[in-house]
Amino acid sequence: MAAGKGIDRRGFLSRLTAAAVGGVVWGGFVTEGKSAALVLRPPGALPEKVFLGKCIKCGICVEACPYDTLFLAGPGTDAPTGTPRLLPRDVPCYLCTDIPCTAECPTGALDVSLVSDDGGRTLDVNKTRIGLAVMDYENCIAAWGLRCDACYRACPLLDKAITIEHTRNERTGRHAVLLPKVHPDACTGCGLCERACVVEKAAIFVLPLEVALGRVGNSYVKGWEEGDESRIDGTTGPADELDSHPLDYLNSGDLQDD
Amino acid sequence: MTSLRTNRYLIARRLVQTAVMVLLIGGNLWGWTVLRGNLSSSVVLGTVPLADPFAVIQLLAAGGLLATDVLIGAAITLAFYALLGGRVFCSWVCPMNMVTDLANRLGRRFKTGTGSRRVFGRSARYFILGLALVLSAIMGVAAFEAISPIGMLQRGLVFGMGAGWLAVTAVFLFDLLIQRNGFCGHVCPLGAFYALVGRTALVRIDHDHEKCTSCMDCLKVCPENQILELVGQASGSVLDGVCTNCGRCIEVCPDAALSFSHRKHAMSLESGGS
Repeated sequence: MAAGKGIDRRGFLSRLTAAAVGGVVWGGFVTEGKSAALVLRPPGALPEKVFLGKCIKCGICVEACPYDTLFLAGPGTDAPTGTPRLLPRDVPCYLCTDIPCTAECPTGALDVSLVSDDGGRTLDVNKTRIGLAVMDYENCIAAWGLRCDACYRACPLLDKAITIEHTRNERTGRHAVLLPKVHPDACTGCGLCERACVVEKAAIFVLPLEVALGRVGNSYVKGWEEGDESRIDGTTGPADELDSHPLDYLNSGDLQDD
Repeated sequence: MTSLRTNRYLIARRLVQTAVMVLLIGGNLWGWTVLRGNLSSSVVLGTVPLADPFAVIQLLAAGGLLATDVLIGAAITLAFYALLGGRVFCSWVCPMNMVTDLANRLGRRFKTGTGSRRVFGRSARYFILGLALVLSAIMGVAAFEAISPIGMLQRGLVFGMGAGWLAVTAVFLFDLLIQRNGFCGHVCPLGAFYALVGRTALVRIDHDHEKCTSCMDCLKVCPENQILELVGQASGSVLDGVCTNCGRCIEVCPDAALSFSHRKHAMSLESGGS
């Protein structure tokens, strides 16, 4: 390395400045490429942030996919360049039982343990969580009262991930509305429904879980579900910071007339 | 036939570069199993993993706990280049080499890219290498891989270019119009990484001072000609890691004073840099 040979303080400072400016610009580019909230990843993908820190952009998952579902994001698109993704409206994920994309990932950015039972022993493609199918009932013709169950029929987890709800058609007063309903506990985000949807721009579409789902947090517990309370074990709230227990106020002498 | 002989390494390099990319493209398009993946990480014959060690180091800096496959792949690649010369990657494998060689050839012919303003010094690449690792650690992604024109080119050839041509064209124009050998010889942190790897390489260019007539043809073609300072002065190996073992100097030498050889220490002159 020629560096360090005969650099005076001024040269050093100008280099330092150049490095700082370059670093900020470079970092800006990387941040730009990282903000990809709406990108769907292959089966077994770790949470987006961890995934991006592991994916080496080799495209082996893309080559492993027998349906040409996956592709590497090009430069200047809405996903970090070179990372694998899918667009279900073009080609959905057909949920291969041997999950070759995940199995062949050399870095573990696609993690086999996320799509298998008993810690990686038996593959279970139904554990795939590419995202969650979300309904736009405004543009769903079944919700209008027309007869359509394309998404329901296309779903590989028929009657588990999508069910049909029978409700009364209030407009006609004499027909039924057969409403498709997505169940997040079973939906793999494969996008076969999105592919099958008959309207011009799909009224059922897959969004990444981070985008599609809300979060209750620690303030509410399903008291009727065994074990749900353990969710808030170890959490603290305002009551924990009080000097005395709230009940002490009721039990203390102040409220009791003598 | 003389041109075949005087370009023997150039032709061999183009064949190797093309063959690697064709095998990778075949792996994607036609299901060939010889080489699957791309230059970032690949699998040979469905068994031996290979990986870009610099990309792996960036991912490790970014905090990724990587699976063993890619770590083994990086170790194999690292060992290979540590023996043959780190920057053998640059001149024998990297497809960007064809782009920059063309730009530099045109630059020599049309006398462009040698303006008085030197944008980057020869050591800039090491700063950029360091910066890549620091940024990877801060941002949590492989920072050079996120913007690398080499990545865009080699991925693009296998999986589709998209807007990647813009980055490749930018490198071409930078080398042609702004700074001769600017990208590969001054900027590229991957080349800088392999230069460090190649400091212990066994295969090196050997200079025979007895035969040399100091015509300096070798310095004209060498993309890193600051390392040929022993030409016309002393016999010995070109020990600097930035030598890409491209062999161009050997084939243009009219006196057969240069050759590939095993590593020898310079007899009377400490060769530059390292």
